[in-house]
Amino acid sequence: MRRWRTPARLSAFAACLLLAGCTTTEATSGDRLVEVDSGNDSCDLSTTEAAAGTLTFRVRNSGSKVTEFYLLAGDGLRIVGEVENVGPSLTRDLVVSVPDGGYVTACKPGMRGKGIRGTFTVTPSDEKVPVVGGEAVLVKQANDIYAAYVEDQSAQLLEKTQRFVELYEAGRDDAARALYPVARTHWERIETVAESFGDLDPRMDAREADLEPGQAWTGWHRIEKDLWPQRATGYTPLTAAQRSRVARRLLADTRTLDRRVRKLRYAADEIANGSRGLLEEVATRKVTGEEEYWSRTDLWDFQANVDGARVAFEGVRPLVERRDPSLAKKIAAEFAALQTLLDHHRRGDGFERYDRLSQVEVKRLSDAVNALSEPLSRLTAVVVGAEAKD
Amino acid sequence: MPSRRCSRRTVLAGGVGFALGGAAGIGAALTASDEPASPSAEAHPFYGPHQAGITTAAQDRLHFAAFDVVTDSRAELVEVLRAWTTAAARMTAGEPAGRLGPTSGPYDAPPDDTGEAIGLPPARLTVTFGFGSSLFDDRFGLAARRPAALRSLPHFPADNLDPSRSDGDLCVQACADDPQIAVHAVRNLARIGFGAVAVRWSQLGFGRTSSTTRAQDTPRNLFGFKDGTANIKAEETDALAADVWVAASNEPRERWLEGGSYLVARRINMSIETWDRQSLRDQETIIGRSKAEGAPLSGGGEDTPPNFILRGRGGPLIDPRSHVALAHPDDNDGVRILRRGYNFVDGSTALGRLDAGLFFIAFTNDPHGHYVPMQTKLSKSDLLSEYLQHTASGLFAIPPGVRPGGYVGQQLFA
Repeated sequence: MRRWRTPARLSAFAACLLLAGCTTTEATSGDRLVEVDSGNDSCDLSTTEAAAGTLTFRVRNSGSKVTEFYLLAGDGLRIVGEVENVGPSLTRDLVVSVPDGGYVTACKPGMRGKGIRGTFTVTPSDEKVPVVGGEAVLVKQANDIYAAYVEDQSAQLLEKTQRFVELYEAGRDDAARALYPVARTHWERIETVAESFGDLDPRMDAREADLEPGQAWTGWHRIEKDLWPQRATGYTPLTAAQRSRVARRLLADTRTLDRRVRKLRYAADEIANGSRGLLEEVATRKVTGEEEYWSRTDLWDFQANVDGARVAFEGVRPLVERRDPSLAKKIAAEFAALQTLLDHHRRGDGFERYDRLSQVEVKRLSDAVNALSEPLSRLTAVVVGAEAKD
Repeated sequence: MPSRRCSRRTVLAGGVGFALGGAAGIGAALTASDEPASPSAEAHPFYGPHQAGITTAAQDRLHFAAFDVVTDSRAELVEVLRAWTTAAARMTAGEPAGRLGPTSGPYDAPPDDTGEAIGLPPARLTVTFGFGSSLFDDRFGLAARRPAALRSLPHFPADNLDPSRSDGDLCVQACADDPQIAVHAVRNLARIGFGAVAVRWSQLGFGRTSSTTRAQDTPRNLFGFKDGTANIKAEETDALAADVWVAASNEPRERWLEGGSYLVARRINMSIETWDRQSLRDQETIIGRSKAEGAPLSGGGEDTPPNFILRGRGGPLIDPRSHVALAHPDDNDGVRILRRGYNFVDGSTALGRLDAGLFFIAFTNDPHGHYVPMQTKLSKSDLLSEYLQHTASGLFAIPPGVRPGGYVGQQLFA
């Protein structure tokens, strides 16, 4: 369990407010840097002409209201890039790749109206500018693929959880232990979505150390400890009544989760963030062997997080191929390398217990996670701004 | 802050510390030199109403050590405190730990100072002593003198504490602008204490993470952000009296602590590599301040008070679960604490990750009323807590300052 995510990663609810066509975070200088001074009644640009390529609009709010800055296409309607929520005295960069043509700039102090507009000219240059526009189909596909995946995993989670709690309540512990990592696989594959529900996550996936004083411990890991108490000292097994209570709570919460995820839709950058987030889960909880402290089934979760991250990446991959093909290639290669390593630890239908891995093997996995995480952290900035409507 | 120059070689015993006694830690600007002194040449007074190292302008380096008392003799314990007081006063003034010094004395005996500070300036060394709650058991007859607030901190959500580097009967906080000077102080005090006390754990820190005077810039933590902008400063005497110094009390268990404080120590590991992969947008959202200036996202400069209700598109400009929103006094009944933490990097872990973070130190006169509620909230809700793990913890009572001729904690043993 982690504490609920940052708003940018709250895939569930955050409307995609980021419409910017940001393709790189590299600061540019000279003729590609445009200083924008957004006052209460003014919008002054250091230049109104620049060469095609990656432009940086450095927007400083010199007024007293919250401001926004837009770069619009020549028609004054289509948004090419935007920064928003710039507080007084603050400065924020809009980095955007722009082909040559006529554009409109707008400062919007107070976030109202059409803004203070001006024209902006981008002259031809040798710099190659990635194609933008014409991506609506790709964005819709990404969403469809990812939404369907989440719904399917959630449905399987519900089905297996139902079976799992039946076994557990009936005291068929061996069968419950066998099903535990299998059922949890479906949770871990969609973990970043599941944990975005701040009420459910602490009830369903809290580890003992995560609890605050007075908070009742429920969910998967409560049952895990009851099924694998070997590492606990002086452990008192749950009574049949206590088992029932924990089991039914988990099942009810899983039903709620399943109902909620059916309503979710995802913007391209949210899917990208989800992919990155799942790899972070691997790095923080799985590589360290903290997640499944009692059962030692961490590698199942590890694989499931990687599965979910890869599906999310594959969803936005066509977009990335258009905008930054070398990044797409790099990420795909690192996913494959990590999978090869994981496959070494497969045993039958499942995985080796995590405590049987040597320090060297754990380090190798950790290094492979790093190798993938670093390019993956650049994914969002590449796909952000792709809209379902062109 | 005194800026008297004194070379470790030339200062005579009993010099600076006594002469400036009484000005400790108030941040008074006493300039006694006739040429501009580099800050590291300064010596802080050891004696005064409060111990140094609390409101003292934060130095750049830390060596913090916790000790267990291994003797059962109260007299031996007092003897150590006397010897520590003398040695700390000497080292603070830039002198050797012992009377004979690192290169004199019987040729067939080890010197009474270890010598690595030869030729180095005082480097604004301060040595601050404290007592942990475990000292107040039946070993030394102190059970009835344990202040009510000196009891273990509760478990905070997601704590992962290592008992072998938490707590302790005694603590020593040595701060200096030169790491060698801070280590020299702890090393020599440990040596003096062998047989009566034993080092339980110690922690090195670098790069102060708070400013404790108005003249100091707010430094950056290992996440690259300015933190602790709203810290209590040495100049705020009313705030110090209200929130830091323990007031006079009629309770025998509290009386000895008048003019003292409590020190909360937390070793907070940061997930550096994961943090570095967060977008600038996420980083600023999580902290609630701009990375460039440290200005609140509601606008203005670093010192502009955050406006927690100013809205942008999609909600308040400062996320209600950002670090600044949850840690700010406005959200904590106006409670302020004096933070004096340091960055630490203890090399790398077996996984090749930096074993790094913030060694958080705070001084407050009400740890359970001020620190605990705030930390509970941070552990539970702070967006930043996802990148933090508390790995060690300690709470110590910090006795008041020492008068020349006295020893630290004398009021407790009186």
